[in-house]
Amino acid sequence: MGFPFWILAALTVAGALAAVLLRNLVHCALALTVAFAGLALLFLNLDAQFAGFAQILVYIGAVAILVVFAILLTRSTETPKDGGVFSRTWFVGLVISAGAFAVLGWALLQSQPGLSLGPATAPAATVQQIGTALMGRYVLALEIVALLLTAALIGAVIVARHEREGTKEG
Amino acid sequence: MIQEAAAAFAPQITASAITGILWLIPAFPIVASGIIAVLKQPRRRASAALAIGSLACSLLLALAAMGHVLAGRFNGFAVRETVNFTWIQVGAAQVELGWVLDPLSAVMLVMVCFVGLLIFIYSTGYMAHDENFTRFFCFLSLFAGAMLGVVISNSLLLLFMSWELVGLTSYLLIGFWYQKPSAAAAAKKAFLTTRVGDVFFLLGMVWLFAQTGTLLFYNAGKGSIEPLRLALLLVTPSHLGMTAATGIALLIFAGAVGKSGQLPLHVWLPDAMEGPTPVSALIHAATMVAAGVYLVARVYPLMQAGVQVSQSGEVIGSTTALTVVTWVGASTALFAALIAVAQNDIKRILAYSTVSQLGYMMAGLGVGGVAVGMFHLITHAFFKALLFMGAGSVIHGCHEEQDIRHMGNLKIEMPFTFLTYLAGMLALSGVPIFAGFWSKDAILESTHTWDVSRAPFYMLVFGAFLTAFYMMRQVSYVFFGNWRGHGEAHESPSVMLLPLMVLAFFAIFLGFLGTPFWPWFRAFLDGHPAEFGLGAFKEPGLLALMGTSSLVVLLGLGIGWRLYGNKSVRADDADVLEIRFPTLWTLFENKFYIDELYGVTVIAFYAWWARVADWMDRRVWGGIVTGVSWLARVGAQASSLFDTDWINGGFDKSCEELANGGGLMAGVQNGRVQIYLRLLALAVVVLAAILIWSSRG
Amino acid sequence: MITTPLAGYLLVAALLFAIGLAGALTRRNAILVLIGIELMLNAANLNLIAFWRYGPHPEALTGMMFAIFSIAVAAAEAAVGLGLVIAIHRHAHTTDLDEINRMKG
Repeated sequence: MGFPFWILAALTVAGALAAVLLRNLVHCALALTVAFAGLALLFLNLDAQFAGFAQILVYIGAVAILVVFAILLTRSTETPKDGGVFSRTWFVGLVISAGAFAVLGWALLQSQPGLSLGPATAPAATVQQIGTALMGRYVLALEIVALLLTAALIGAVIVARHEREGTKEG
Repeated sequence: MIQEAAAAFAPQITASAITGILWLIPAFPIVASGIIAVLKQPRRRASAALAIGSLACSLLLALAAMGHVLAGRFNGFAVRETVNFTWIQVGAAQVELGWVLDPLSAVMLVMVCFVGLLIFIYSTGYMAHDENFTRFFCFLSLFAGAMLGVVISNSLLLLFMSWELVGLTSYLLIGFWYQKPSAAAAAKKAFLTTRVGDVFFLLGMVWLFAQTGTLLFYNAGKGSIEPLRLALLLVTPSHLGMTAATGIALLIFAGAVGKSGQLPLHVWLPDAMEGPTPVSALIHAATMVAAGVYLVARVYPLMQAGVQVSQSGEVIGSTTALTVVTWVGASTALFAALIAVAQNDIKRILAYSTVSQLGYMMAGLGVGGVAVGMFHLITHAFFKALLFMGAGSVIHGCHEEQDIRHMGNLKIEMPFTFLTYLAGMLALSGVPIFAGFWSKDAILESTHTWDVSRAPFYMLVFGAFLTAFYMMRQVSYVFFGNWRGHGEAHESPSVMLLPLMVLAFFAIFLGFLGTPFWPWFRAFLDGHPAEFGLGAFKEPGLLALMGTSSLVVLLGLGIGWRLYGNKSVRADDADVLEIRFPTLWTLFENKFYIDELYGVTVIAFYAWWARVADWMDRRVWGGIVTGVSWLARVGAQASSLFDTDWINGGFDKSCEELANGGGLMAGVQNGRVQIYLRLLALAVVVLAAILIWSSRG
Repeated sequence: MITTPLAGYLLVAALLFAIGLAGALTRRNAILVLIGIELMLNAANLNLIAFWRYGPHPEALTGMMFAIFSIAVAAAEAAVGLGLVIAIHRHAHTTDLDEINRMKG
């Protein structure tokens, strides 16, 4: 439980908070990137290098960019004229998410005594081991994910592209 | 009901090569359906070839499996081979799936594949002009695969999964012409009504798992319906003085009631005739609706658990579960036959006839054991598929006309359809020699000797009379008398007639597999050798019973011919019976007003419940915030305007809210994704809290 | 209160999850709802990795693999989700969820 952990945790949570609280959507996307970066560093801190770099590549490199594109394409940069950025019944949502946090925290407190398991030293998880596992035990899952990504790619293109006048497609 | 345990073959359990690849039988059509799904619409020939080819492969495998079972018989043992595997392992509990090859599943496999194949071929002619030809074959293949999955399952869970898949394809196919509002409504009705039964089925399954820790039927003595676990279930008490075995059996039977259109969940089956006719033939006559009967046959040891057996091996009395099965079956048989008398839609008559015959099967299972019910299932599958396809041919030939009052004298224009239809009709009526005679007679014989009550016997005999009567009425209207339709009728193409002829052959001769003098079918299912002998006829009462049932059938046919045969009538003439018995006729014609009854009870209750949910939504979810702000506003103004704002305003406001809430029936479904999301999150939070709470300590 | 490293990570994950959920449940803009969902997914990933690291069998790589697959699936989800948002925007000319209430039967 070192000093770096607390800094990274604070960074991540702050980024996440900013991402959901800021009014300007572009700022939200930037804050989201900060949260993602903090998470990636937390992964590195957990000795999960591969997952950390995957996080950086996928989330910061792709998802955050996608979000920015979506914001620009839908012209959502300007805040709505009537009322705030929050739903009219935001209070209910807040109560529910507070409830979720309470339940999670409660579970955490309940299980405190059993949490001191596992080795304190870093386990070895080299890229070679991960590659072997991906091509061995998890090869079916890998193939399915590949298929899923292809389907999502095609699906996203079909869903988002312009429908031409007079033609019925998609 | 003679159990010759001593003479029975010893069961053999090890799996052979054919059992190892038994899973391919459902896999072929499912894979074919997947490929057809991605084919383009104009690829009609390819999609039909794929569907038919895959089912033909399944048929070959099914025949090989049948051959294996038969070879086992010759070598003197009853084949019951299973392949089981663990699907999910959670801690010590594990969920296992598996399939089984025994006489019961082998017979069903061959029947489903064979009838299915004929109907597939027939469909290529019937659906030739439909623009969604490929979609049709995609659904049909998926259905065939799912149904075969039901048949080979050795695990109640695998059976349930296939069962639900069958329900889904049934929904898709009933609503195949979804542009018609009536078809879409019928599809929804079928799906929801069968779902009522399925919920009970699911409960029974969970209960069974909780009690026995396994859902496998047979697992080398450790399966849930093998004696070891059954003994456990029998000593476990549950509510209302039932044992757990009875409770579970009744819950599972409720699932069968939904699927097989038994009282009181029969309402969906006649409406399901909105689908294309091959679908009615395959799904709503031959296979899917028989799945409920098959399910009861499959879990028969559970249904029969705890029955008293005398020293000579005869069953004394009945179990609670089987008594319920018998009564439900017998009532359905009579009730649906009465309705069928007063229907005018050619397919609806057949639909009620199907409901009625399913009742016979259930009653047969209830009193006579697996073989009696299953024999009627198999023969019925052949002749009812024949009748439906004949009706399809008639509808096709009469330019999509379904009202029998607008047909007539088709024996001239459609001779082949007429002859095959006649074979099916005589088989269904139970005229001697035809298949239906032997199987129906076996059921009547069992009910005759039932220890509990004689009433089901009389109900079924009267039902047999009605069956002969309404079939004669239908045939007279359609094939005799004068032509009352519009345009000219024409015979169907040979691709449709060929399957009819094949089925007609079986409708006539299949019954000889299970006659009293050579009860091969029963011996095959029960696993002991069949003996040929005319000695069975010397059994007291048997010949008399056969004579009586033949007499009843001939009486029904005769009265039908007398009232309807070869008469010239106009299409808008009132029915002969309608003139003589107007009250009864109206009652039958309106199907005993069951749909209306459900309309004012169940559906009204749901509408009321939806209003309650709507009110909750407005007051609790949407209303919390408005309520809070409203309170704040009231609080701020309380000092000066206490009286007007609080008393009057508050009262008006609540009245208004109440009126709004009561007036609309939108339920929680107000179209806001975020509200759905919140409900979802709330449910998850509550669920997690409950889970953590219950696992504390 | 936080006595072990694992508990610290779990607490951070819980916070992230709650923040994401709050975002998804309260913001009016559909894109922000998706952002909230992404945060929730990431919180789950953090849990997976933390349990892998401090679990009894880190050499099995199970938690890590799960997280990697989860990242891949989340990428697909984000692509399709944002595609849908764009499609809805083209259709309804808004991404304001309070105004989009077409999802009734």
